Amino acid sequence: MNWGSWDNFLRMGGYGFFVWGSYGMAMAILVIEVWQLKVRRRRAVTELQREAARRSA
Amino acid sequence: MNTAASPRIGLFWFASPQTFFPLAGKMVPLFSLLAAGLLLVGLYIAFLVAPTDATQGESYRIIFIHVPAAWMSMFLYLVMAFWAAVGLVFNTRLSSMMATAIAPTGALMTFLALWTGAFWGRPTWGAYWVWDARLTSELILLFLYLGFIALQAAIDDPRRADKAGAVLALVGVVNVPIIYFSVQWWNTLHQGASVSITRAPSMATTMLWGMLVMALAFWMYSIAVVLHRLRSIILERERRTEWVRELLREGRIK
Repeated sequence: MNWGSWDNFLRMGGYGFFVWGSYGMAMAILVIEVWQLKVRRRRAVTELQREAARRSA
Repeated sequence: MNTAASPRIGLFWFASPQTFFPLAGKMVPLFSLLAAGLLLVGLYIAFLVAPTDATQGESYRIIFIHVPAAWMSMFLYLVMAFWAAVGLVFNTRLSSMMATAIAPTGALMTFLALWTGAFWGRPTWGAYWVWDARLTSELILLFLYLGFIALQAAIDDPRRADKAGAVLALVGVVNVPIIYFSVQWWNTLHQGASVSITRAPSMATTMLWGMLVMALAFWMYSIAVVLHRLRSIILERERRTEWVRELLREGRIK
């Protein structure tokens, strides 16, 4: 598949909005989910550290 | 209490959160790497190898995420219901945690399938949404995932939440074959079997390969994120056990 130019690639034969709207949402979901995983992990570990500190106090 | 770590029951060896936690920790980077590699290859095929579709133009390129997302949405539901059932029958904590870990990813895959479907439906059918059997049953799947998540979040006792969620998940399983066969059982606007692109063989092959590689990428991604989430759930639920405290003391979780 030869697109010729970036402009053609982004235009997607007139379907740019639909194609990039789909891939954009997929990308957004990926970023949100991975970020959410980091937040949850951070929160769990922080809770563990807090409990450990409480025990040793 | 910590006898679960002894390997005397074979099959149930990894059913212990304590033994599975480090194993999952090794699997997450492996599957993330596989997902990233397959995603790159899949996108390369999707945009640089696969040719323009004769009837749909470039809009068909949505297929490379729509179909994998739709497949994963159904497959993850079955896996979730399976582990929920195992947790219900054998009372294994880890199985129930696995079901809980799968639900958010399943819900996101379902949402993505619906979203990309809408963005594909508009240029091909002229409508973002129609109350068609395939679309409606997929929407019900999203509600089942959200219902499962909400139900478990509403119950304070984790073991009771596991059981209630398992019952809901199992009742909802009936929806998966309905989604899958909806295009045969009813007159739907949605096309039939996804791989039936009757065109020149070479073209169909690159499209098919692109779709399969992307499906595999979604699969590897799902395994990686579910296992990562599972590890957090284990830490949350097992925080009062000696082995978790030990890991923390040794500085192996931070």
